[in-house]
Amino acid sequence: MSESMYQEIILDHYRNPHHQGLRDPYDVEVHHVNPTCGDEVTLRVQVVGGTVTDVSYDGQGCSISQASTSVMTDLVIGQPVAQALVKAEAFLALMQSRGTVEPDEDVLEDGIAFAGVSRYPARVKCALLGWMAWKDATAQAVAQTAQEAS
Amino acid sequence: MTAVLAAPAPYDVDAVRADFPVLSREVNGRPLVYLDNASSSHKPRQVLDAERAFVEQHYSNVHRGVHTLSQEATDAYEAARSTVAAFIGAPDAREVVFTKNVTEAINLVAYSLGNAAAGSRFHLGAGDEIVVTEMEHHSNLVPWQMLCERTGATLKWFPLTDDGRLELRDDVITERTKLVAFAHQSNLLGTVNPVEELVRRARAVGALVLVDAAQSVPHMPVSVAELGVDFLCFTGHKLLGPSGVGVLWGRRELLDAMPPFMGGGSMIEVVAMGGSTYAPAPERFEAGTPVISQAVALAAACDYLSRVGLDRIARHELALTARLLEGLRTVDGVRIIGPDTTQMRGAAVSFTVEGVHPHDVGQSLDDLGIAVRVGHHCAAPVCKRYGVPATARASSYLYNTAGEIDALVEGLGQVKAFWSA
Repeated sequence: MSESMYQEIILDHYRNPHHQGLRDPYDVEVHHVNPTCGDEVTLRVQVVGGTVTDVSYDGQGCSISQASTSVMTDLVIGQPVAQALVKAEAFLALMQSRGTVEPDEDVLEDGIAFAGVSRYPARVKCALLGWMAWKDATAQAVAQTAQEAS
Repeated sequence: MTAVLAAPAPYDVDAVRADFPVLSREVNGRPLVYLDNASSSHKPRQVLDAERAFVEQHYSNVHRGVHTLSQEATDAYEAARSTVAAFIGAPDAREVVFTKNVTEAINLVAYSLGNAAAGSRFHLGAGDEIVVTEMEHHSNLVPWQMLCERTGATLKWFPLTDDGRLELRDDVITERTKLVAFAHQSNLLGTVNPVEELVRRARAVGALVLVDAAQSVPHMPVSVAELGVDFLCFTGHKLLGPSGVGVLWGRRELLDAMPPFMGGGSMIEVVAMGGSTYAPAPERFEAGTPVISQAVALAAACDYLSRVGLDRIARHELALTARLLEGLRTVDGVRIIGPDTTQMRGAAVSFTVEGVHPHDVGQSLDDLGIAVRVGHHCAAPVCKRYGVPATARASSYLYNTAGEIDALVEGLGQVKAFWSA
């Protein structure tokens, strides 16, 4: 049943999500929704010295949105912001590829399991919900730091 | 010769299915089981043929020319209006306004009321109240929220009971109520609402009544004369017709007195640089070139449904709904959101599967060739009321079979097994 979409890695992250739950301290909290399906995520980011030191979240949604958010936290926590953004771009490119891009496991690790999702355009927005929330929160956190420094 | 009264022929679902080309296709290697009719329905050859014949032989703009095609197109367009009027038991074809869809039909009324000058019977202001229900599609909720914002009027609503019915509290419709707007049948819950009782309460305080009939007119005999309402809206694409055409029916004396909501060509009487006067209904509300071939196709869809018989379609759907409700009860962890009996309910049945998000339910069913709708169904407050983020919804129509209902129930068993593995 939808084996090409529901990879075991995705089901694992869905059943046992990583870094779930809202934590302190954090710099910015955002709330993103997917208005067409009602999926939502509240997500916090902490950036210290240009590095993503924590991402925590709480939300509700389908297996794809929940698993993708879990994978995202694995990929970005502990990374310099610039490095994490490269991963975000790589994931976005994979999701927009309609199955034509061979994902780079060195960059996306468990994220490569979502390659099959890109063949289901209706579900791409599910896979991107957590990533978009993270990008938004991180951009705000970086802007805040820049403002405080000036 | 002895006249023999023929017994009514049994409902022949196979004969109906043969008219719908799409029903013979496969999805993911399985025969398509299309149970998303509350969202949009399919078209029989008769509708496609009628639209094609019109476009190939008679098409032109309407109400604008003296040439032959212009006259033929105008005749076909106005004949479509008459067919639609007869289909919903309207006494006068001029009470039928073609719109884009139900959303536009409701916005038409909302903006028209909002345009009414102070002192007009349609004028709304602070202290006036508009009443809706908690089960409305966003199209029958957001336009009224916006109208209240513009005018200072207050929006009130009937809340829902645990079993998916309206809680008919006495304090919702009051002397301040100017308009009561509600769904004839809920698109998410399937509930059929007590129109007569709501009309009685609205009449008692002199309020106007608008009924969103998007989910009822395609599925059961509906007569505006019998319902006794003021406005009724439905859409073509849920009724075997094309998208892009909807209908606002309104009492003629109201439509002729209401201010327009869109200005432009066709809706005018006299135009001068200093100002204009407006045509009577329905032209008053059909500014610009209307949907022409879609209106012709909609009339063909009405004719098709009339030939099959809406009372027979309603009985067929009732049997399918009973079978579905019964089948859903046999699947462990399935919760029906909405009435769990066939009493005062239509063929749209929402449900959740414990431990499986509705999107995953829908995706897994699609693998089996089964099309259901998932999400909040443009009725987010209903999901909130029942504490679910979304639902899966199966909705039958005249061409669905008992075997397809069984396929869905069996498919849900497989979905459950996959996700609990």
